[in-house]
Amino acid sequence: MNRIPDAVHEADIVVAFEDLTVGYGGIPLLQGIDIQVKKGQVVTLMGGSGTGKTTLLRAATGQLAAQKGRVLVFGKDIATMTAEELRATRQRMGVLFQQGALFTDLNVFENVAFPMREHTQLGERAIREKVLDTLHAVGLRGAAHQRVSEVSGGMARRVALARAIALDPEVVMYDEPFAGLDPISMGVTATLIRTLSDRLGCASIMITHDVAESFQISDYVYLVGQKQLKAHGTPAQLRQSQDPYVHQFLNGEPDGPVAFHYPETPAFEDWLRKRESADAKAKTP
Amino acid sequence: MMPVRAIEWLGTEVRERIGAFGFFVRFILNLLCRSAIALRRPRLVTQQLHFLGNHSLLIIVVSGMFIGFVLGLQGYYTLSRYGSEEALGLLVALSLVRELGPVVTALLFAGRAGTALTAEIGLMKAGEQLAAMEVMAVDPLQRVLVPRFWGGVIAMPILATVFSMVGIMGGWIVGVQMIGVDAGSFWSQMQAGVDVFNDVLNGVIKSIVFGVAVTAIALYQGWQARPTPEGVSRATTRTVVAGSLVVLALDFLLTALMFSN
Repeated sequence: MNRIPDAVHEADIVVAFEDLTVGYGGIPLLQGIDIQVKKGQVVTLMGGSGTGKTTLLRAATGQLAAQKGRVLVFGKDIATMTAEELRATRQRMGVLFQQGALFTDLNVFENVAFPMREHTQLGERAIREKVLDTLHAVGLRGAAHQRVSEVSGGMARRVALARAIALDPEVVMYDEPFAGLDPISMGVTATLIRTLSDRLGCASIMITHDVAESFQISDYVYLVGQKQLKAHGTPAQLRQSQDPYVHQFLNGEPDGPVAFHYPETPAFEDWLRKRESADAKAKTP
Repeated sequence: MMPVRAIEWLGTEVRERIGAFGFFVRFILNLLCRSAIALRRPRLVTQQLHFLGNHSLLIIVVSGMFIGFVLGLQGYYTLSRYGSEEALGLLVALSLVRELGPVVTALLFAGRAGTALTAEIGLMKAGEQLAAMEVMAVDPLQRVLVPRFWGGVIAMPILATVFSMVGIMGGWIVGVQMIGVDAGSFWSQMQAGVDVFNDVLNGVIKSIVFGVAVTAIALYQGWQARPTPEGVSRATTRTVVAGSLVVLALDFLLTALMFSN
């Protein structure tokens, strides 16, 4: 019921979540999620902190098993794939991790060259040219020789982005691609993501909190919160939405259905009671 | 209630230890099953051999020298009471080649290279580097751990040999150069008394076994570490404690097997 409304050819669907429930330790974080991502599409996943966006991404890469429902990647259920099939599927993906996850024992050049060395038979010259081209695309050709520890946080994210797209993947998943970037880098990165999808026809799934930048390049946006898919639509549709949740989130308003304060659970109240009791005992002479 | 609780605690502890040992054995088997990469891409192993071996060389050479000095002094003191100072070279060489070389090298290796391995793997885990590799369809066990495992296993006997050689030189400096034991007796008794197969080869076998144990423990601790600063810190401590105890226990077992009649 929450699927993209327009007609979709099965072959064009790159990633699909079908009635998906995911979480940790048997506790669901998101339930009944239906999402489809097609070739050449830039799809944005938005939602408050801790609502399970990265968890969805982990489910799509096969790092986390679904508690219920299915995750289809290139038309196959990721839960039923053999180790070899999963390996082959992952070779067609590129992932930008939230923390960058660059290899600290390798320099910038070698980090981007890593997937090429592991998965291709390219010669050193071809690798050098390809890596420098990719680094040029993210504006870091001149930093190829630097150690990862020498580059700034924003630069590290751009290196991680270059590594994610180095093998021209068919689907790229970006976890917070704009975090820590200055306005110029942010604009260039956004354009790069859009260009990749347009030029190579790869699907892009982007997790971000940056409404302005992501709405400029996204074809479709999903908003998650309160353990479910709250809204979805094109950026224009969401902007016009009268849903108070969507309105509050997109405009960053403090009051509304999205609670700013983390809920106080019985576990918290129990902890607080014990703490107060211990403090009272400590005060007693 | 108390005896019941004690039995319950004991049962839980025993079950957990057996489970942990099972995981460790499975971990080593996984490493061995994926070891073909060491032959396909030997450069990955030589890089680790350099990192683990060369960077441990200084502590091995300095420790070997001082152990040799002490063996020279203590050996001379004991042997001179029986008028057998000429056997000093034999005593120093046998002590080092059979026991001290492999054991002390393994203990130093656990402290120097083992902790570095655990911390490196633990921090890679904390920084999502291992997860990133997995998502890139690269098996981190094969790409990261196997080269380190074989690097450690190969480095250990080489370091133990260097330790023994430097130790013998230390014994020679103290015994021959400083105390005045006859140089001819020192070397000839050593040559006549040290057997290549019974002493040298057994010492090398010991150091290979210690290399497997210490490197596997270090990698396992890093692999299992909680991805937090505290988790990595605890894992490195466990590497030194578990590695050292296992080396000493294995030394007793191997000595009993190799040198008993």
